[in-house]
Amino acid sequence: MNLAEAISSLEAASVAARELLAAVTNLAAVEEIERDFLGKRSVLVSVNEAIKDFAPEDRPAAGKAIGAYRSEVGALIEAARDGMSAGEAAARIERERLDLTIGGRPQERGHLHLITQVQRELEDVFVGLGFQIAEGPEVETDWYNFEALNFPPGHPARAMQDTLYVDLGEQEQVLLRTHTSPVQVRVMESRKPPIYTIMPGRVYRRDTLDARHSPVFHQIEGLVVDEGITLGDLFGTIDAFTRSYFGSSIKARFLPSYFPFTEPSAEFSVTCIFCEGSGCTVCSRTGWIELGGCGMVDPNVFKSVGYDPETVSGFAFGFGLERMAQIRFGVDHVKAFFDDDIRFLKQF
Amino acid sequence: MRAPLSWLKEFTPLPDDVGAITDALNQLGLEVEAVEEPGREIKGVVIARVLGLHPHPDADKLRLVDIEFGVGETQVVCGAPNVVVGMVVAYAGSGATLPGGFTLEPRKIRGVLSDGMLCSSRELGLGEDHDGILDLSQEFESGTDICEAMGLDDVVFDVSITPNRPDAMSIIGIARDLAAHFELEFTLPAPVTGAAGAGGQGVTVEVLDAQRCPRFTARRLSVTLGASPDWMQRRLSLAGMRPISNVVDITNYVLLERGQPLHAFDASRLASSTLRVRLAADGETVTTLDGVSRALTSADLLVCSGDDSPQSIAGIMGCAAAEVGEGTTEIILEAAYFDPMGISKSSKRLGLRSESSARFERGIDPNAVIAGSDRAVELLEAFANARVHSETTDQYLEPITSPEILLRSARVNAVLGTALSLDQISALLVPLGIACISQGSENTMATVPTFRPDITREIDLIEETARRLGLDAIPRTLPSNPDHVGGFSRPQQERRLVADALVGAGLSEAYTLSLLSEKALESFGYDASTSVSLTNPLRAEESLLRPAILPGLLGAVAFNAAQGNPDVALFETGHIFRRPVGDAIQPDERDHVAGVFAGTRSGRPHDVDRPVDVYDAITAMNALTDALRLSDVRLVAGEVDGLHAGRTAIVFVDGSPVGHVGEVDEPTLGVHSLSSPVVAFELDLGALLRAARLERRYSAPSRFPASGVDLAFVVADGIAGADVLATLKAAGADLLEEIRVFDVFRSEALGVGVRSIAFSLRFRSSEKTLTDTEVGEARARCIEAVLAAHGAELR
Repeated sequence: MNLAEAISSLEAASVAARELLAAVTNLAAVEEIERDFLGKRSVLVSVNEAIKDFAPEDRPAAGKAIGAYRSEVGALIEAARDGMSAGEAAARIERERLDLTIGGRPQERGHLHLITQVQRELEDVFVGLGFQIAEGPEVETDWYNFEALNFPPGHPARAMQDTLYVDLGEQEQVLLRTHTSPVQVRVMESRKPPIYTIMPGRVYRRDTLDARHSPVFHQIEGLVVDEGITLGDLFGTIDAFTRSYFGSSIKARFLPSYFPFTEPSAEFSVTCIFCEGSGCTVCSRTGWIELGGCGMVDPNVFKSVGYDPETVSGFAFGFGLERMAQIRFGVDHVKAFFDDDIRFLKQF
Repeated sequence: MRAPLSWLKEFTPLPDDVGAITDALNQLGLEVEAVEEPGREIKGVVIARVLGLHPHPDADKLRLVDIEFGVGETQVVCGAPNVVVGMVVAYAGSGATLPGGFTLEPRKIRGVLSDGMLCSSRELGLGEDHDGILDLSQEFESGTDICEAMGLDDVVFDVSITPNRPDAMSIIGIARDLAAHFELEFTLPAPVTGAAGAGGQGVTVEVLDAQRCPRFTARRLSVTLGASPDWMQRRLSLAGMRPISNVVDITNYVLLERGQPLHAFDASRLASSTLRVRLAADGETVTTLDGVSRALTSADLLVCSGDDSPQSIAGIMGCAAAEVGEGTTEIILEAAYFDPMGISKSSKRLGLRSESSARFERGIDPNAVIAGSDRAVELLEAFANARVHSETTDQYLEPITSPEILLRSARVNAVLGTALSLDQISALLVPLGIACISQGSENTMATVPTFRPDITREIDLIEETARRLGLDAIPRTLPSNPDHVGGFSRPQQERRLVADALVGAGLSEAYTLSLLSEKALESFGYDASTSVSLTNPLRAEESLLRPAILPGLLGAVAFNAAQGNPDVALFETGHIFRRPVGDAIQPDERDHVAGVFAGTRSGRPHDVDRPVDVYDAITAMNALTDALRLSDVRLVAGEVDGLHAGRTAIVFVDGSPVGHVGEVDEPTLGVHSLSSPVVAFELDLGALLRAARLERRYSAPSRFPASGVDLAFVVADGIAGADVLATLKAAGADLLEEIRVFDVFRSEALGVGVRSIAFSLRFRSSEKTLTDTEVGEARARCIEAVLAAHGAELR
């Protein structure tokens, strides 16, 4: 082999490698080409071995040709290899591709009942205002539900609450509490002021379950007893909680009312959240939505729990949770709260 | 109480601004439920007289009616069959407006021009009658505006009166409050009556129970029965009472105006001129005006005639016997004051409420009884040709006097959070009829009129002060006490934790009624006789207090299945009720938590769907016991009514049973028409919250490597897997970091009555890397313990 032959065989090999590499489809073929064109039996080796027989003046040119061949073919192979592995990776991704849009496993989270959600939110508001929380039994005695709350027997105000009686003890002495107010009495009996407490719970009336009534519903009662508590404190507290719950643009309004266990007594309403006070069908065009009752604890109630009405004063308020939820979420049917239709439960 | 504005204005010159009056009533605590203005939409309708009738040339059913309407005559076409010559009718001429905003124009009806129309009751919005045109009183003058003639121009305030305000159940009571609010004069004219006729027969009154009847007055009058005047009928109608006759209407009119119930007996139907007030005998029956026969008790009070026969249930309702009606020429007029509590109890027990009882039970003014009676006589003389036969008989042994109450201005301001002076306070109270005489610069002695029986204490006067001041005028403040801290108790926090854990486990929270039917309970295997029942349930479905939550939850599952949603997971927390323990009179009331899974647990599209099984219930239960960090929870196979006997476990916490978990059995599913499986648990939540907890204390996780060991044993069916697990835990001791069951199976190769349970154990030391020998020793200890304790074989 002379120089010319060497150069021409390198060039031929180079062209051949280029052609083969252009057609390869996988990494193994690239590696085979590498072996054939740069490996131990390649033209590279045979030219290298022939150099020692060349004229000395030809040797540098031959070396240069070999170097050029090596770098050219090497670069072609590297490029082919890169191309092949990227392709393979891409192919693997395609093979392993999943449709995530179909969603995960049907392992659903459950839902708290809407009334629980409303109750928790209100509890949190009151805890923020420095209140504690108390509970009491749902089956009460006449004393706790009525008498200690200044409803003497035969009092016309008892007729405001249609009572379900329990077949225990003396006739009409054990009953399903008609309001959460008996818990007030229990709290006051069990401790001394200061008391800043709310009392959520289930209450009962002799009603049939329908769109507007339920024999079972839920209330939150509030009680504050301390030195120097005023009617203004009551109004300010209700103002604060209604704004915190419904939004800062909501105003509270108080109108005189009557409850045996508070004096003075009032009903409280908030700006209608639907029409913002301009009047709509929800608020009967009054601009106000009635929420509950409140007042200063009647001295007779303090006497029945052994507090001195001259040294402490207090206020109480109460409202229905179903009503709160109805107003806030537009639930137009009280029965929906107790059907437990999964489609209803999952809405909230 | 329905109060027409025109009537209120007789006592105080109120403004015409309906909105202002509505606001005032609300601010006074006289809540306005509705404001009615019946004639607001009627314009230009006048009284007319029918002069003549002619047939319509082209229609059999129509007639041409000639009418005269004061300022002219015209002709209308009319289809009503009841039109006759001389009839007084409501005529809507062209340009007149009817309710609904409909304005009339002259138009041709079947070729004949009709100049407006004659109106039916319905067309005027006065009622439903549309069979004929409205037949009006002959006394109306032609041309008078219909609204004026019929009082339709009046405004009626429908006011809800709280039980403490008997005075406001009268026109004068509402007028008095409004006059105070608007700072107007309030005048209550004294009735003017003629002198009693000489020699007339008086009425003898015998009150046998002065406690129940502190005051009773009666007088005898001759009357001419007839219709009451139109204006009176209008007012009664507007106030919601049906006009009957002059005598009855006048007693009702006085009841509404003065709040004094009256009763008129037909004197000729009474045995003598004696009225006797006595308690009924137990079992005595009377027939009241409404035709109902009523059985009485000795707690009911009667007004009887001289022969002792009952003539009325005192203060509640008269009896049919001496009812005023056709032929009545003489009456005995009763005006009394009955004990409020007695009336309230009788009325409640009899289920009989009347306008009278509603006032007596709240407490009328005992010192205005004669004034009420006089007002009736004044009207009877004017409109029933009445003559009084004798002086009034008045039995009033112990007159009820106005209480005097000391009112301290400091107390007013302490309760209300205001800074009112004594003068300001007095100025608010005086217009309500409360006399204030200052006692020094700080206090006043208030004399409360007897028409306000609700005011007996200083606090009641403070309430009146606030009511008059207007609650909007009270400055709003927030109370605070630096020594008081708010927050949730630990049980309250943990109850939230339990609910959140179950929500996280996929269960949605249900609220079932705490009231159940006997049937619902018995379907779940409960003995209803051991439950707490209600004495006056409204429906059988709600006659028992739930002794457990699951029966109600199963009802919710059935409800959902019926809606096409059989696959649900629900939980509920709440009170359950058992019969009282020991001497207690209240039931044993406990906090429970229960959960159910029903139907199919969906796995698709990633996994397979499968029916729910009891392990789903256990998983959910574990979520909650884990959230509470309970330290000792064990399941022991057991039996519970309503659950599958082979798939039920009793749950023990700290060694005591606290509930159960299992699969609802076939018969119970059948009662609820459920076909797919339901699994459930119910636990005593109170007991869980009181149970021992895992310590909350830091221990550093080991940094040394762990060694895994799998062991499988062949165990007899009678041996609980939990027991084998416990043995392994004990044997593995401190080195055993984790253990779990990873396989359970039966096979023919294993034999009958046994199963294989495989455990995966992980050993790790907190001090060093365990050598193969040490792991081998631990493994051997575990195997040996199981073989020894349970007679098992290593597989």
